[in-house]
Amino acid sequence: MAALLELTGAMLLVVGAFFLLLGGLGLVRMPDLFNRIQAGTKTTTLGTVLSLLGVALMEPQWGWKLLLIALFILFTNPISAQVLARSAHRTGEAKSCKTVVDRLEEDQQA
Amino acid sequence: MTKARQAGPLFGALLLVWILLHGSLQWQVVVVGVVVAAMIALLFSGAATPLHGFRRTQAGLRAAFGYLGYFFVELVRANLKLAVIILSPSLPIRPGIVKVRTRLTNPVARLLLANSITLTPGTLSVALEGEWLYVHWVTVVSDEVEEATAEIVAGFERYLEVMYG
Repeated sequence: MAALLELTGAMLLVVGAFFLLLGGLGLVRMPDLFNRIQAGTKTTTLGTVLSLLGVALMEPQWGWKLLLIALFILFTNPISAQVLARSAHRTGEAKSCKTVVDRLEEDQQA
Repeated sequence: MTKARQAGPLFGALLLVWILLHGSLQWQVVVVGVVVAAMIALLFSGAATPLHGFRRTQAGLRAAFGYLGYFFVELVRANLKLAVIILSPSLPIRPGIVKVRTRLTNPVARLLLANSITLTPGTLSVALEGEWLYVHWVTVVSDEVEEATAEIVAGFERYLEVMYG
């Protein structure tokens, strides 16, 4: 039983690390700040939560603290991403040439 | 009495965080937690917590669990979708900022909606003005308000509407 938990936990850690790696790759590959934030936020959230879950399976007595960390991340990660995106838009951060529409800019000029 | 009732949810949330942080239910820990949480809760009774305005009914509770389940499924979908985009050599993106409308009026419900949008497939909340949400979308499907709302907002709004009324 303990070995099974250990194995599942280790696998979750690997999957979590894979998503974190994808996040890093996304930061390099995405063309502008907004798309980079997208890649960075989602992958780090899921990657960290999966890693925490993996650790929780390997060390069950840490479970409650890890749950608390996961909650903090789930609440604060999107907020910081939103604040970054908003201030970047306000200061006129360049958008990728692939951008098809920007309703926020249209409404601000109107 | 009304002040104490307003402070209730904040008190509960603070006490829960404190106990989780300690990971034990020893009486010393709980007593200190109760005293400190009560003091903070009374001083900041107007502050918003995730429970602020939450409808404590059976329907509200059921919607909360439905919301959590839906949220985690969407989070995993968001990551898989993003993984496909990042790993594709051609980088198939079609980014843009679209405008969507929300029917929610409760501030906590709006916060949860904006946060949820940020963590779900290809979307990132940029700004909230009144009932209008500006959302950055990696793969814009439609820039019409109604269609974008149905695509981005409707899934979460369904649950949040019941939870926060």
